[in-house]
Amino acid sequence: MQTFDLAAQGLRALNSTLHGLKGQTNMTSWEVINPKGAHAIAVGLDAPVDVTVRGSTGYYCAGMNKQATIRVKGSAGPGVAENMMSGTVIIDGDASQYAGATGRGGLLVIKGNASSRCGISMKGIDIVVHGNIGHMSAFMAQSGNLVVLGDAGEALGDSLYEARLFVRGSVKSLGADCIEKEMRPEHLALLADLLKRGEADHLAKPEEFKRYGSARKLYTFNIDNASSY
Amino acid sequence: MSDFPHTPPKMSWTFSNDTNAEIRRAAATGIYDIRGGGSKRRLPHFDDLLFLGASISRYPLEGYREKCATDVWLGTRFAKNPIHLDIPITIAGMSFGALSGPAKEALGRGASAAGTSTTTGDGGMTEEERGHSKTLVYQYLPSRYGMNPDDLRRADAIEVVVGQGAKPGGGGMLLGQKISDRVAMMRNLPKGIDQRSACRHPDWTGPDDLEIKILELREITNWEKPIYIKVGGARPYYDTALAVKAGADVVVLDGMQGGTAATQDVFIENVGMPILACIPQAVKALQDLGMHRKVQLIVSGGIRSGADVAKAMALGADAVAIGTAALIALGDNDPALEAEYKKLGTTAGAYDDWHEGKDPAGITTQDPELYKRFDPILGGRRLKNYLKVMTLEAQTIARACGKNHLHNLEPEDLCALTIESAAMAGVPLAGTNWIPGRNGGF
Repeated sequence: MQTFDLAAQGLRALNSTLHGLKGQTNMTSWEVINPKGAHAIAVGLDAPVDVTVRGSTGYYCAGMNKQATIRVKGSAGPGVAENMMSGTVIIDGDASQYAGATGRGGLLVIKGNASSRCGISMKGIDIVVHGNIGHMSAFMAQSGNLVVLGDAGEALGDSLYEARLFVRGSVKSLGADCIEKEMRPEHLALLADLLKRGEADHLAKPEEFKRYGSARKLYTFNIDNASSY
Repeated sequence: MSDFPHTPPKMSWTFSNDTNAEIRRAAATGIYDIRGGGSKRRLPHFDDLLFLGASISRYPLEGYREKCATDVWLGTRFAKNPIHLDIPITIAGMSFGALSGPAKEALGRGASAAGTSTTTGDGGMTEEERGHSKTLVYQYLPSRYGMNPDDLRRADAIEVVVGQGAKPGGGGMLLGQKISDRVAMMRNLPKGIDQRSACRHPDWTGPDDLEIKILELREITNWEKPIYIKVGGARPYYDTALAVKAGADVVVLDGMQGGTAATQDVFIENVGMPILACIPQAVKALQDLGMHRKVQLIVSGGIRSGADVAKAMALGADAVAIGTAALIALGDNDPALEAEYKKLGTTAGAYDDWHEGKDPAGITTQDPELYKRFDPILGGRRLKNYLKVMTLEAQTIARACGKNHLHNLEPEDLCALTIESAAMAGVPLAGTNWIPGRNGGF
């Protein structure tokens, strides 16, 4: 395992080194020590490497990740794994707001709680949150899956498109055009897979969740729906 | 009939025919008017400024003989690879989705042939545009449609869009008629539904967050790309100052004449400020921070001619951007298509229902039958010609003012025709030394 001391070597050197791994296969395991809440740690990676950050991170850790598996042994600041394309990001602690924002692929696992706007505008990413999520989560979510083992805050899935939301606990309120939907066998199978990949299959069963999605009533602008917006 | 003369019919200024027609339209439909383009109202503009030219106190340069340079560097503050353009007239961001693929190709062809840049838009980067644009600016928008790190890295600059002049504070809506299979795929949304473009970014709020967002973008792209921040003309002094604080290499400032693919008419006509009022405030912010010419300023919104380019630069801009004018150069609103405009209930020059996707010129449409009419090679040639003419016009004026580079134009070269424009532009009213709001009397 390669060790990178962020406090000593600096952010630019870290990201530059990790970007340099594209196309290489011989240095696949990295640990980052002394992150001290720094922003933009391990952003823009594009290689099948494992990166473990030993401590908490600031904004945008693992932003736009491709292929890499990034594990944070602490909590993550705002925008963790924003616009992720592929790969896996695992947060052992809590995540601040906008976790997985606009993500287009890959898997984001948050073992603690996620704050507001988790999965905002998600575009294909899968997000598994072991704890609770805050208000306005999955706002304008386009596609992908959001799994919440705990509770969801106000206005879940407001104005969402085709993303699938699975919540095990309570939902404080649903946002505009978000409704509870039937949990069919294919959803249970999907959920079982997500729980397994999200390291949560020992914590919950698919049958314990409810599914939420778009009523599709706001897909075409209609003045008669003005009070819904 | 009385022998006394009657009072002739008198129309109300307040309740004009246009106003009454809009009241009737609203009453009949129950929905506000949505259209493309920018403000159509009469606004204080560059037409209200004049150049003074050389005289005894300063001498001109010889046209056709003495050099007047036009090049511009953008992104010299932090980027490893700043952009060098031959001319200071760039192509503003316009999305694939709003525009057809061939139209985007034509913009790339024309801009590249003229030695300048083009810009993506809300909908991602197309191969047509990347392939035909020597210098391409990639917009980073609230919707993040199509956003990905590979396109970030193959862009020549990144433009973080906070707002645009047609609708500062507003998002966008691409109506379902224009959501083809390709547009839907690029935006990860179902075909045929109305697509909302968010009005604010999903993962940052405020200038402190923006600074960190820019750090992330720079880290992802190895600090190579200039980072632009685009704002609508609302609070240009503070927006420019905050953009500089957030780490921008370039500030793009768009006045209310700047166009949009589609938004509410009430928004276009009633929110924001004309570009003439915006430029001096932005320049002052840069000067107050000691960053004028270090952070470059690109201005847009109603730029039509080389005279407009020269006036914008005399007020302190480093470059300009054109959108609507570029579309007209490609063939938008061409009187040759008048019969088809009439069928759509409009006339050449007034057509602004770009959101409906029925553009007979094949530019603002995703209908294959319509966009096949548009020849991107011819369109690119027309745009190149237009850009060349604008450049020659600006050079002509600059030489007359004794300037060997467009960047040497200055407010001292200008006077204003109206009190309003004098106050907004910060140049004297013609025939006086009076700048309203600055130095008191005549």
